[in-house]
Amino acid sequence: MTRKPLNSPQRLRVLLLLAAAAFLATASSSRVTYSQESQSPPPQGQAPANVEVHVLPVQGRVYMLVGAGGNITMQVGDDGVLLVDTGLAGTSDKVIAAIRTVTDKPIRFIINTHVHPDHTGGNEAIAKAGNTITGGNVVGDIGASAGNQAAVLAFQTVLDRMSAPTGKQAPTPQGAWPTETYTTPERKLFFNGEAVQVIHIPAAHTDGDSIVFFHRSDVISTGDIFVTNRYPIVDLQHGGNIQGVIAGLNRIIELATPGPMQEGGTMVIPGHGRLCDQADVVFYQEMVTIIRDRIQDMVNKGMTLEQVKAAKPTRDYDPRYGATTGIWTTDMFVDAVYKSLSKKD
Amino acid sequence: MVLFVALLAGPAFGQMDPSGEWSPRFHEDWLERIPGPEIGDYLGLPINDAARMRGDSWDAALIELPENQCRAHGADYAWRGPSNIRIWKEVDLATQQLVAYHIYTSAYNEYRTIHMDGRPHPPEYAAHTWLGFSTGKWEGNTLTVFTDHLKENWVRRNGIPRSDLATVSEHFLRHGNYLTVAVITYDPIYLTEPFIRTTDFVYDPQQTIAPWPCEAVDEVDRPEGVVPHHLPGTNAFLDEFPAMYGIPPEAARGGAETMYPEYMLKMKNMKTLPRPKKASNQ
Repeated sequence: MTRKPLNSPQRLRVLLLLAAAAFLATASSSRVTYSQESQSPPPQGQAPANVEVHVLPVQGRVYMLVGAGGNITMQVGDDGVLLVDTGLAGTSDKVIAAIRTVTDKPIRFIINTHVHPDHTGGNEAIAKAGNTITGGNVVGDIGASAGNQAAVLAFQTVLDRMSAPTGKQAPTPQGAWPTETYTTPERKLFFNGEAVQVIHIPAAHTDGDSIVFFHRSDVISTGDIFVTNRYPIVDLQHGGNIQGVIAGLNRIIELATPGPMQEGGTMVIPGHGRLCDQADVVFYQEMVTIIRDRIQDMVNKGMTLEQVKAAKPTRDYDPRYGATTGIWTTDMFVDAVYKSLSKKD
Repeated sequence: MVLFVALLAGPAFGQMDPSGEWSPRFHEDWLERIPGPEIGDYLGLPINDAARMRGDSWDAALIELPENQCRAHGADYAWRGPSNIRIWKEVDLATQQLVAYHIYTSAYNEYRTIHMDGRPHPPEYAAHTWLGFSTGKWEGNTLTVFTDHLKENWVRRNGIPRSDLATVSEHFLRHGNYLTVAVITYDPIYLTEPFIRTTDFVYDPQQTIAPWPCEAVDEVDRPEGVVPHHLPGTNAFLDEFPAMYGIPPEAARGGAETMYPEYMLKMKNMKTLPRPKKASNQ
């Protein structure tokens, strides 16, 4: 496994957080409950009963694991297993069992696309089921004990939100936290014989979004910037913004190379929903952009939020993506778009 | 009894075979299929208000975007294009049982497989394609095909969409050298009733099908991420179709009612728009 060492501020940050957490013994067994810290969105933090985790081969070395909450991307090769996201807490045994139907190689790496518990809930259990090859500068950087679990990489704000300043109660147990973070526009790895590009999309679904591009396999894992089963969740309380979501969708389209007649080629694993390619992202990007433009026009005309909702700017897409109940209703989406566009920076 | 059941289960002796080279006939819906439909012509489509709004918002400039230039037609729409087709069957060499029919469509180089071996459809989380996943079975002398896992596509090529949650039934009917394909689209998102279309082909063993390369280019210099569309209430072209053809604007808005012959009686009591004056060539 090839790992880049953390830079000094990142390393210091991780060490301080780990030390503080251990000293204060603040690791909690409770799961993240978003209702305590935000009005939107409340992604489901608990796994429903009778979860089934399915494995779908995508292409190259990449598989999609479905059913554990958010979709999980799995890359498999001689170096071991790399996962993008870990699903809901409580599904980890089934996720690991699903992985073992494909390979008996160790889980080496986890990349979190963002902080929500349907994507990070399995961090602790799944990381503990893996291990990191230690030695060389890895021991010097993060200690020999790091070898006892898989490494967990995320954008810095994911760690910030999962942990807490010294003396404060962390919302998630220490074992679930990222062990490596990045603060630059992107982070590159080379794992299982291919380049793995981790790209930060600023202020989109949250303020800590990453998309992951497996170059040789030609697969992009998007996190919740792109989903197929609802309007995009814009988590304003965690730094999200509709403009960032659209920028993220545009970036995915730019990265992807379609096959003949705009089909296949680069495959795209959404945060939720079915396997896709660039054309599916284009349909979704067009939908989100058109709705953004409509609401922007209404904001420019001085319409209030209630007037915008009454105008139903999403009504042509509501039968496909809308909801009146559940974790992310059409009303919440319009609210978030309006507030994104009304924000004075 | 066993023999009787076995005979019922497989293709009957002398059963219709759709294999061959087929040339399309355009006598049906010529204006919609070849020149292309008019903006705002939703007549005869069983669409809901959401589909209507998609159509009203649609700007043809959307097709200029590189991501859309080579977008292929869906399984239910591909028949409607300038589509010379080739159909051939695949048999298992050991058992000589029919495994699949394959269809090559000239428009967009589309290659399709209709599985005849009873395999299940993929799970819901599998990828969708323009042509979807198709399985076929014999119903008497008719080949009936069921398709799901479709990408979004057209109901009509003027912005009226068919969603990616739609399914399609097709019936292949051969009468000598004529092949009729009846296509029924079921869309829980944008259609209020099943939408039925037929397309006719003539057996043409001498036809040669030309390749259909498509290369996306930057046709218009636009900032990244721009999506051409009309804001609600601003599409100035919607009245052109009913005015030009003397059709009541209300009828042009479509809906299931407009599919049926008795709607023509209702149209007689509707107001029409003044026809536009023809531009002078002088």
